[in-house]
Amino acid sequence: MRSLLASGLLLLGQFAQAAGVVHEYQLDNGLKLIVREDHRAPVVVSQVWYKVGASYEHDGITGVSHVLEHMMFKGTDDYPAGEFSRIISENGGSENAFTSKDYTAYFQRLEKSRLPVSFELESDRMRNLHLLDKEFDKEINVVMEERRLRTDDKPTALTYEQFTATAFMSSSVRIPTIGWMNDLQNMELSDLQHWYERWYAPNNAVVVVVGDVDPEAVYKLAKQYFGSLKPEEIVPPKPRIEPEQKGRRDVTVRAPAEVPYTIMGYKAPVLATAELDWEPYALEVLANILDGGSSARLTRDLVRGSQIATSAGAGYDLYDRQAGLFLLDGTPAGEHGVAEVQQALFEQVQSLKDEPVSAEELERVKSAVVANAVYELDSTFYQAMKIGQLETAGLDWRLADKYVERINAVTAEQLQTVAKKYLVEEALTVAVLDPLPMETGQVGHTASNGGGHEH
Amino acid sequence: MRLPMLLGGLLLWAAQLPVAFAMPGIQHWVTDNGARVYYVQAPELPMVDVNITFAAGSVRDDGQAGLAHMTSTLLDMGAAGLSANEIASRVESLGAELTTGSARDMAWVKLRSLSDGAHLQPALTLFADVINSPDFNKSDFKRERERTLVAIRRSEQSPGTVAGYTFFNQTYGDHPYAPRPSGTIESIAAIKLGELEKFYARYYVARNAVVSIVGDLDRKAAEQLVDQVIGKLPAGERAAAVPPVPQLKSAQQQRIFHPSAQTHVRMGAPGMHRGDPDYFPLYVGNHVLGGGGLVSRLHNEVREKRGLSYSVNSYFSPMEQDGPYLLSLQTRNDQVDEALSVMRDTLQKFLDKGPTEDELVASKKNITGGFPLRIASNSNILDYLNVIGFYDLPLDYLEVFNDRVMAVTREQIVDAFQRRVKPETMTTIIVGGDD
Repeated sequence: MRSLLASGLLLLGQFAQAAGVVHEYQLDNGLKLIVREDHRAPVVVSQVWYKVGASYEHDGITGVSHVLEHMMFKGTDDYPAGEFSRIISENGGSENAFTSKDYTAYFQRLEKSRLPVSFELESDRMRNLHLLDKEFDKEINVVMEERRLRTDDKPTALTYEQFTATAFMSSSVRIPTIGWMNDLQNMELSDLQHWYERWYAPNNAVVVVVGDVDPEAVYKLAKQYFGSLKPEEIVPPKPRIEPEQKGRRDVTVRAPAEVPYTIMGYKAPVLATAELDWEPYALEVLANILDGGSSARLTRDLVRGSQIATSAGAGYDLYDRQAGLFLLDGTPAGEHGVAEVQQALFEQVQSLKDEPVSAEELERVKSAVVANAVYELDSTFYQAMKIGQLETAGLDWRLADKYVERINAVTAEQLQTVAKKYLVEEALTVAVLDPLPMETGQVGHTASNGGGHEH
Repeated sequence: MRLPMLLGGLLLWAAQLPVAFAMPGIQHWVTDNGARVYYVQAPELPMVDVNITFAAGSVRDDGQAGLAHMTSTLLDMGAAGLSANEIASRVESLGAELTTGSARDMAWVKLRSLSDGAHLQPALTLFADVINSPDFNKSDFKRERERTLVAIRRSEQSPGTVAGYTFFNQTYGDHPYAPRPSGTIESIAAIKLGELEKFYARYYVARNAVVSIVGDLDRKAAEQLVDQVIGKLPAGERAAAVPPVPQLKSAQQQRIFHPSAQTHVRMGAPGMHRGDPDYFPLYVGNHVLGGGGLVSRLHNEVREKRGLSYSVNSYFSPMEQDGPYLLSLQTRNDQVDEALSVMRDTLQKFLDKGPTEDELVASKKNITGGFPLRIASNSNILDYLNVIGFYDLPLDYLEVFNDRVMAVTREQIVDAFQRRVKPETMTTIIVGGDD
């Protein structure tokens, strides 16, 4: 086993160096540019990351970062609504944007010679967005449809939203990225204007470029397009550190559903907040011991062993900006209920505290991490994502290259230590999806000859 | 698996793109026992991807919906005397990824591994075990049957899923594309273990297999890999051709109540098949109508102009026989009539007049200019190899693709759409709550 891990590390070392030369630049206006060379194919991915997302928001305007992301496609004076997407499309590009707790990011994938098209359009909308009522009135409806699609009509997503808002009372981790529906209904154009002016500036942005490019040429291009943009004074949001939890919290979500579900989480530090910087890596390994593939404990013991659950998982994000949760979830099998699934999950947690993880299990997790680091190099988009996530969490992108090393340094003893320290009932929140009966059924059927336009 | 809808090609932009791209050099051979192999050497990263696809999708279920799905699911749940736990544990200790899956036309087993011998060889042994010697243990079968039943019940929570499978049921009628690949509560409960073994013995055979390989290994190593993985598989017989899909004769509309805030709409009909003579006019034309992401007509009319839906699109899913042409959207319950009427009007207008010359040029630029993006990674190339191999497409398919796209005219699009897309016989499925 040891030789396998060692040979994997050797492979990774050789290829990561060849494939992943990274260059970092900073423009005079504060814009950070990070370029990663990948010469396997004549393509480039360009991403503009802004340090703003739902965790920067407060009650009353939840969802504003994400609505603004939608409005960023609605035009500037030079490129009115629709032009951005039309131009990218005509250049053979694919594009979109995504918003999360800690960032709002815009991307294009293009043939490598088209990078200036991306920079021209992105630099324009970084400072010159022209927010118009007539576009906002339509787009806010699109966002409300998105909320219905992603959350309101998905019982497990609805449960997760209420679970998170229960686990955190003060920390803005509680805010759903899509926004509460009532806040969306009461959102105004001025909220967006204010948000745009406050956060969209070169000194609050990181441009990440990965692909078949010459870094110096990209730097020159960045200076040409982004160099003249005016910086803003960026005032970071208040810290809103979550007060210490004093006991288990429970929440029940009753919604029309067919299958019950439970999710639970323990408060846990992340890399950006941890006092001991090995702890987040240990928590990451712990999540993999439980749920790092089909041979990991939860599937082995709950799905295939006792068969109490049809699925069970664990999760932890070490790259978040604020302290979050170590998550466990499960769906009961057959006649078993959520209480049995919860009990089984608690037993798993207890066993992590009581007994050291075997050398074999630890080795398996590490081998998978090493191999994954190679597989990730097959996607330029993913490489760019990693860099952007770290930077917007207030971390250094170089940590991505340290990941394998840090994971490999984790010991069985450290796993036991973090399990005992963080997986404790005082810091636990538990949510249950309690299905309400779903009435469904056919209400109408018409067949007609040649009648394509009934409405 | 949703097959890649966008197939790129190359030459058109030779005048505008600064460099000619290296096309992946596809090597093809047939093994002694009849499997078709497609291989691209990719030495840049120390990894290997292998996909073995069998004509063993739900189209072969023969009245027992879910049979292909259950067979595929059981493959790595015990093989060559190793338990599911042992297989998973050994695979994951190697850092390898071994997955199985199935859809209507096909079922597949995939392996991704580091390419050095210490990792690849033991991974291939496990891969071969799963393909050649699945054990079909009773206890694993019972458990996976229960998991499938819960997954089906959970999927009933999603109005989009209900609309999707109802569309297939209604549109394909008695054709084997109609039933849900995952099966239904009733059909899964009725399946017997022995039927899985029979299904496996019939369809998981060499002549029914397409092997795709992309990675850091030379031709000789690729041949050895193929021999190791399926050299001992019985030759068997290739599955019979999927029967042609009958065209619909009349429109039908079905409304299903669902306790949701949104109503999901699926509208369409059998569309086209792989290698269809109308493939290019239909594909390029649909890019203008609803396939072109954020710039299509449907997107513009339904979302940009009216804010009625978060996602709205249309696409052809070419399969061995005519896969669906499907237009989709979802909207607040009280707006469904308006949204549906905009969608229908947009389609009708496109059928009447086709794309404008400007729209056609813009779509061609997007499709052909985006070509390098679509073969940029090993996993992209693996998917193309599988489509080319499984559907017997010519080996130069990628190389001539852009030429074929560029050759499409406005008139060809109008003609092809008017012959092939008929709103007067479309199925419309509407799933959602009360106003």
